[in-house]
Amino acid sequence: MKKITTPLTDAAVQDLKAGDSVLITGIIYTGRDSAHKRLIEALNAKQPLPVDLKGQIIYYVGPAPAKPGYPIGPAGPTTSERMDPYTPALLAYGMKGMIGKGNRTPDVIDALKKYTGVYFAAVGGAAALIAKRIKKCETIAYDDLGPEAIMKLTVEDFPVVVVNDCYGNDLYEEGMKKYRKS
Amino acid sequence: MKEVKYQDIVNTVAKLCIDANCLIGDDIVNAFKSGLKIEESPTGKDILNQLIENVEISKNEMIPACQDTGVAVVFLEVGSGVKVTGGELFDAINAGVAKGYKEGYLRKSIVSDPLRRKNTGDNTPAFIHTEIVAGDNLKITIAPKGGGSENMSEVKMLTPAAGWEGIKKFVIDRVMRSKANPCPPIIVGVGIGGNFEKVAYLAKKALLRDIGSVHPDPFYAEKEKELVEEINKTGIGPQGFGGRVTALAAFIESYPCHIASMPAAVNINCHAARHKTAVL
Repeated sequence: MKKITTPLTDAAVQDLKAGDSVLITGIIYTGRDSAHKRLIEALNAKQPLPVDLKGQIIYYVGPAPAKPGYPIGPAGPTTSERMDPYTPALLAYGMKGMIGKGNRTPDVIDALKKYTGVYFAAVGGAAALIAKRIKKCETIAYDDLGPEAIMKLTVEDFPVVVVNDCYGNDLYEEGMKKYRKS
Repeated sequence: MKEVKYQDIVNTVAKLCIDANCLIGDDIVNAFKSGLKIEESPTGKDILNQLIENVEISKNEMIPACQDTGVAVVFLEVGSGVKVTGGELFDAINAGVAKGYKEGYLRKSIVSDPLRRKNTGDNTPAFIHTEIVAGDNLKITIAPKGGGSENMSEVKMLTPAAGWEGIKKFVIDRVMRSKANPCPPIIVGVGIGGNFEKVAYLAKKALLRDIGSVHPDPFYAEKEKELVEEINKTGIGPQGFGGRVTALAAFIESYPCHIASMPAAVNINCHAARHKTAVL
């Protein structure tokens, strides 16, 4: 089990290999479909982003509402492929990592190599368990988007697995090959 | 004629929505535990243990097991001797969904238009399937369905010559292309027969069965077993990280069809297979 702290440096990303189980501590930002669209529109218009994503990790999640007394509701990953069209530009900008579930396009995997980034998967559906590792949650941008707003999460030992590292390895491909029976 | 009160339906539906999302069935937990015995991948075992713990937390704290608390899919069996008083049946169902999703802190995941995409704010409308049956009971089943697994589903208009081999190939291919997206280990609902719109309904209805239940027709019971074995050879494994346990179950619903047709549908469910039933 590896432990990392955000924001991430190139050296920290280079230390991560596909298949590694990792615990993340620090700040991560949420973002999904609509927030990504707005971030890219801001980048294209050369406007400042509402949050500086350099060195940061985006978590693809739309949490359920928090019960009274809880910092956040259940918060498992959503399917990453919907964010693929926006991802290379964010990696070029300086974003270092993403947490989601499911395969990425070759363009994203190439961008991870080119810009030294990493793609993690969290356990889809383990949303009640994952929420226990989120200590604080505040909406910091696009609050009109409801569960799709950008939230700043303070996490402790947030459990993920490296799927795509910065060397072009892919846990989904390699794992499936290893256990496949013809 | 038996009278069923509008408000009783509202309250029952609200409770079913909350219970379905927070109280995952023992059949699922038992399937995770059986999976631990056959899973060869250490990461796969770790995932199954996390899923067991997740269900425990969800039950103990009455919070949803998954943040995607889904579309409220409702299966109604309305006895021909049932009369709803104090309001309309479908209004009561929708009012119950709105109440349950608010009071249970469930996520509102419905947009009012597929292209203009404005959230309706209360998770309505419910997607309601109604059957009129004999008797004077109103049977309500709520099966919240998440988007990630629903997006991996498909209908195919096969022709009779394709046979069982054609159906099997279609199902396995659909699972292979889905990989990690529907949050494996999955439950695979398969519809065979009927026509274009009927077959999709059959695949969804198949998902209402409890894991461990055996198809009443031995012919299809055998086919279900074969599908699970084939799917678990793919190596996709828990969460797609590689492993033995890709599907916890495959369920088939069949129906008569046209002499020229053999429609097939696959509706994939994630491991959070949620459904609760009440009879009024």
